[in-house]
Amino acid sequence: MVTFLVRRLLGLVAVMFALTVLVFLIFFETPGVDPAVLMAGRHPDPQTIKNIKHEFGLDRSLPVQYGLMMKHLFVTRDLISYGTRTKVIPEIISATPVTLSLVIGAAVIWVVFSIVLGLAAAVLRGTIWDPLLMVLALIGISMPVFWLGEIVNLFTQSRWHGFFLFSWVPPLGYTPLTQDPLKWFEGLVFPWLTLSVLYVGFYARVLRANLIETGSEDYVRTARAKGISERRVLVRHNLRTSMITFVSLFGLDFGILVAGGALLTEVVFALPGVGLLTYNSLTSLDLPVIMATVIYGAFFISLASALVDLLYAWLDPRVRPA
Amino acid sequence: MAEPLLEVKDLKVSFRTEDGLVRAVDGITFSVDEGEVVGIVGESGSGKSVTMMSVMRLINDPNAIYEGEILYKGRNLMGVSQDAMRQVRGEEIAMIFQDPMTSLNPVYTVGWQIEEQLNEHNDLNKGQARQRAIALLTQVGIPKPEQRIDDYPHQFSGGMRQRVMIALALSCNPDLLIADEPTTALDVTIQAQILELIKNLKQEFGSAVVLITHDLGVVADVADRILVMYAGRIVEEGNKEQIFYDPQHPYTWGLLGSIARLDRPRARRLTAIAGQPPSLINRPQGCSFRPRCPQAFDRCRAEDPQLTAKVGDGHLDACHLSVEDKRERRDRTINPELAETA
Repeated sequence: MVTFLVRRLLGLVAVMFALTVLVFLIFFETPGVDPAVLMAGRHPDPQTIKNIKHEFGLDRSLPVQYGLMMKHLFVTRDLISYGTRTKVIPEIISATPVTLSLVIGAAVIWVVFSIVLGLAAAVLRGTIWDPLLMVLALIGISMPVFWLGEIVNLFTQSRWHGFFLFSWVPPLGYTPLTQDPLKWFEGLVFPWLTLSVLYVGFYARVLRANLIETGSEDYVRTARAKGISERRVLVRHNLRTSMITFVSLFGLDFGILVAGGALLTEVVFALPGVGLLTYNSLTSLDLPVIMATVIYGAFFISLASALVDLLYAWLDPRVRPA
Repeated sequence: MAEPLLEVKDLKVSFRTEDGLVRAVDGITFSVDEGEVVGIVGESGSGKSVTMMSVMRLINDPNAIYEGEILYKGRNLMGVSQDAMRQVRGEEIAMIFQDPMTSLNPVYTVGWQIEEQLNEHNDLNKGQARQRAIALLTQVGIPKPEQRIDDYPHQFSGGMRQRVMIALALSCNPDLLIADEPTTALDVTIQAQILELIKNLKQEFGSAVVLITHDLGVVADVADRILVMYAGRIVEEGNKEQIFYDPQHPYTWGLLGSIARLDRPRARRLTAIAGQPPSLINRPQGCSFRPRCPQAFDRCRAEDPQLTAKVGDGHLDACHLSVEDKRERRDRTINPELAETA
């Protein structure tokens, strides 16, 4: 198991290296593009371009350029955003807790609700409830998150804000957990719900299909033949083996969201997370920030996939290393 | 004679499908005595498994329709609640399935899976359950059971997995063990070992065994009594000697012709039964075997033969041919090649 872990972590490092090289090449070595001009933002003055050229050693060899870039990113962490003139890395580091708060909360909601819905639909198969629940799930999947977010804001922030149910909702924005846990929670309830709707629907459908599929497996029949209760068959045999698919999907979706995939939700609810940062840098073509967020995102996605591999081995003894 | 352990009376199982009603089991009656080994033989789709799955009430297809009675120790299992049925399953009647590769849950250790059943039906603490599981694994001939108990199913070979399945089935000392093609998925040498094991354990545990198979060779060794099923019905029933040495039904002849026998002169080729089993939605008029039967005559079309005793005690068959005709034609059907030279 330890060697497996070490090997997976080494793999992670290799992937990260390859990613940074790739990102570097895209930004710096695309033919016909002067990275210094791009880095400098929309309307650069010649002095800025000259400074950038010197700073990143653009007149020197490729490996040196790459090394300097990585130094700015990871060692001195002084990559400057040419849009806002702030340091990029601290900005990302301060945005990370916001994104994590949003995504972890939404993940808890989506895991719990999709399991409940998926189980209910599978158990109630053959009754009217199963198709009703699945149509509900489909509606959830079909609603674009930015639209749903705006509708939620319309109700909770303006139209019905006076209504007792929504009067507690704080204005858009983010309060750090360490500063005021209650405000943190209140501010995130609707973003959480909004973000999780799609995933609840999707995961419930996947789980239902999986439960029904495993329901016809021979080992489930064996479990029934043992005389154990239907509930135990469902939870310990059916659900347990269905979790293998569920968890591997979850790990990747979670990674993608932490990596900035919750961009739309963050923009709609004005949460200053990594997604919003990416969004702003994209609209102003702030290349250093884009580059840093791409690397940050790639890091979380590959970390998530490494974790999924570990979880997978934990859930499925067949893939466990000997 | 004492009351039989299991008595199936005119059991009918059908499934509603888009094409019509599939009569998988069409009125079968038989009984199993305590400690007896009954072999049920027939080709795929003849209703063998459906019959025994019905005894366990393991078919949870909402489109299944049942008729008839299944009396276990005098109690009709058709009428009992699911909860009461759970007490019967695993504890009183246990089942071994065809494919050991897929019949064990891949995510739990074999010990966990045996202990799960033990704990369901007995009041054991963790240590006791584990001890019992180890003892069971020893009994079914798994080497180093103290270590193997913590292994997962994929770490066992097919034959060893089937042993685990048998240990699981025997864990609560069932009075009736249903083995649904327990050797079909295994290679021949392992088949023999597993059959030997079932035979020995039957003596050790005193369970009655119903052995479902499509291979007459398998039951030849183990079974006391044999039921031959065709298209959802029993076409012949008798003890081992009767079925092998005085078979009455042309379908049984066909089955016998398709196995290699060591107690008879060997033919160069085995004979196959021509044609396909009939549709269970639209049965042929008269005898179901008629379309494939080389012996068929007018009466077979007009009249559905009933299972009756014609040649001796407990030897029943459903065929219109006279006993003399059967005995005369039999060898030619079972093995034309040998019949000519004789």
